[in-house]
Amino acid sequence: MLLEVRGLVKEFTRRHGLLHGPSAMRAVDGVTFSIGAGETFGLVGESGSGKTTTGRCILRLIEPTSGEIRFKGEDVLGFSRARMRQARRDMQIVFQDPFSSLNPRMRVGDIVEEPLVIHRTGSRAERRRRVEELFDLVGLDATQLPRYAHQFSGGQRQRIGLARALALNPSFIIADEPVSSLDVSVQAQVVNLLMDLQQRLALTYLFIAHDLRLVRHICRRVAVMYRGRIVEMAPTERLFEAPAHPYTRALLSAVPAPDPAAPRQRIVLDPAWFDRNAALREIAAGHLAAI
Amino acid sequence: MPGTTEPDRVPPRSRARPAARRLPSPDGRNRGEEEPASGRGPDGGGPPLLSVEHLTTGFDQDGRFTPAVLDISFQVDSGETLCLVGESGCGKSLTALSIMRLVDPPGRIASGRVQFMGRDLMSLSEREMQEVRGAAIALIFQEPMTALNPVFTIGSQIEETLRIHGRATRRTARQRAIELLSAVSMPEPDRRVREYPHQLSGGLRQRALIAMSLACEPSLLIADEPTTALDVTIQAQILDLLRDLRHRMGLALLLITHDLGIVAGMADRVAVMYAGRIVEEAGVDELFSDPLHPYTRGLMGSMPRGAPGSRLRAIEGTVPPLGRRPSGCSFEPRCPERFEPCAASHPEDTVLADGRRVKCYLHDREEGKRKKEEGRRDRGEGT
Repeated sequence: MLLEVRGLVKEFTRRHGLLHGPSAMRAVDGVTFSIGAGETFGLVGESGSGKTTTGRCILRLIEPTSGEIRFKGEDVLGFSRARMRQARRDMQIVFQDPFSSLNPRMRVGDIVEEPLVIHRTGSRAERRRRVEELFDLVGLDATQLPRYAHQFSGGQRQRIGLARALALNPSFIIADEPVSSLDVSVQAQVVNLLMDLQQRLALTYLFIAHDLRLVRHICRRVAVMYRGRIVEMAPTERLFEAPAHPYTRALLSAVPAPDPAAPRQRIVLDPAWFDRNAALREIAAGHLAAI
Repeated sequence: MPGTTEPDRVPPRSRARPAARRLPSPDGRNRGEEEPASGRGPDGGGPPLLSVEHLTTGFDQDGRFTPAVLDISFQVDSGETLCLVGESGCGKSLTALSIMRLVDPPGRIASGRVQFMGRDLMSLSEREMQEVRGAAIALIFQEPMTALNPVFTIGSQIEETLRIHGRATRRTARQRAIELLSAVSMPEPDRRVREYPHQLSGGLRQRALIAMSLACEPSLLIADEPTTALDVTIQAQILDLLRDLRHRMGLALLLITHDLGIVAGMADRVAVMYAGRIVEEAGVDELFSDPLHPYTRGLMGSMPRGAPGSRLRAIEGTVPPLGRRPSGCSFEPRCPERFEPCAASHPEDTVLADGRRVKCYLHDREEGKRKKEEGRRDRGEGT
């Protein structure tokens, strides 16, 4: 396993004004999963389910409250700051919003080169060559290197974000809603690029998304999060064909099918249907559900 | 919408336009007769609820007028749902604002007619137009938080709408507000009526907004991406609600969306917009089973379908930015099926036998096909 996450917990402190003391809110509540090398693992859920927080805890962009994270067998939470910086060369993140995640005052060539500078990689000429190579890799024209981010469309900006993430040759990429702010036709271009890059560079993806149609298309295994917990995890086809948890069923039934003839049988979730504290258990080979 | 103060603006040319100028598709407008669900009035021949004809709206920039909505025409019959589908920047939201005459400078409606129940909205005074907004046509937006006033309770905002339009007195307004909240399946309406917008979740806020928009029993609801900001399970509930209102109240819906899944589940008819134009219009079943315009086909191909891990059929390139649209067909630079006439001029509507409309030389019987044949012959002889 390339990445193993065990019992991950992240609590945020909530303040309720002067009269009440602070209370803890568990955004991530005992999350356990692992991702094999070369795999695309989907983490799906609605807003507030804890999927984005989980991704950030793995890179320690947010410090988890407790739990264990192993990357290539090493204990990530035990890393010193210097060791963590080193580890981040190998673990990168691509964010949802290609508009706010690129520095508007920097030329895009410098944005992509920056990680190489920070990690003191190569001479200036070597770094420039690498940036041109990365531009080519993500399907951008190297003559555009001196331009600024606002001169690019959303899809192109997401390509720039990807080029930057790939600069240090990572093996693992967390893609947090990488295409959800893009138009449908442009989404498809970026999705194709993500799949191409995975093949060419042997990348492993943690794909965080709310778009279940997309997740079904590109992920090999999927975990469904609900209120900080994984309620179901299975190989993708199995999850979509035979969902076992009531929340998964409700979620899947809510996805609008792009077919006017498709039957609409919506399942409205009643939280009384399941025990929030039920533990994940294996109900079939590789298929776990908290029921 | 209450509280909109707009300068009185009568478009200069709207009344000068010959009244007889109509779409060249008398047969295409009669789909409603075969389908009792989309009631077109008892005689089947009355005017459509909403009719937009040759509407052009754009922006005055640097002394130049740049159209963002270009010569679009469509109709919505009473009780019918028309989906306006397209990507960001295609002009679908500006179309909604134009119908409501809520386009702010530097934007401006340059030409065209908008008729609602036979009344020309463009010639109304601002005062008359305010009466139409909310009372006859209601508009809801993507983000309900911005459309609700944060310092007033949900109830008082609905009551204000009711009183402004003379639909209730101070005494009856509260009861009516609670009824409206129940009509949109708001849980505990008696309690929610006293709550402020920030106390509601996104889905409940959108319900409150829909309740408010229904206060004056409009016959047309224009919903601009009403569920885009919501989670998928909440989205499904709001779509169920809209469907239900349509059946219960005979509400006609102009639904603006980018999501073909929503289109498939909601629409009777679909108008596909690209770069300011309606490039294809068809019944929902026809559109999904046999998309005619290469852009529509591209959109459908872009959706994640087919074998997992297979490449998606993306549309190459990007939407041309406003003001830099090609002189020929606006989709030509991205079109996998472009041929000779496409770069020269934008195709006009071709009306097909079943009443479908498409702007594409591939389907233009005379002009396009002839040129295509010519092109083929030329290429054949050349090699």
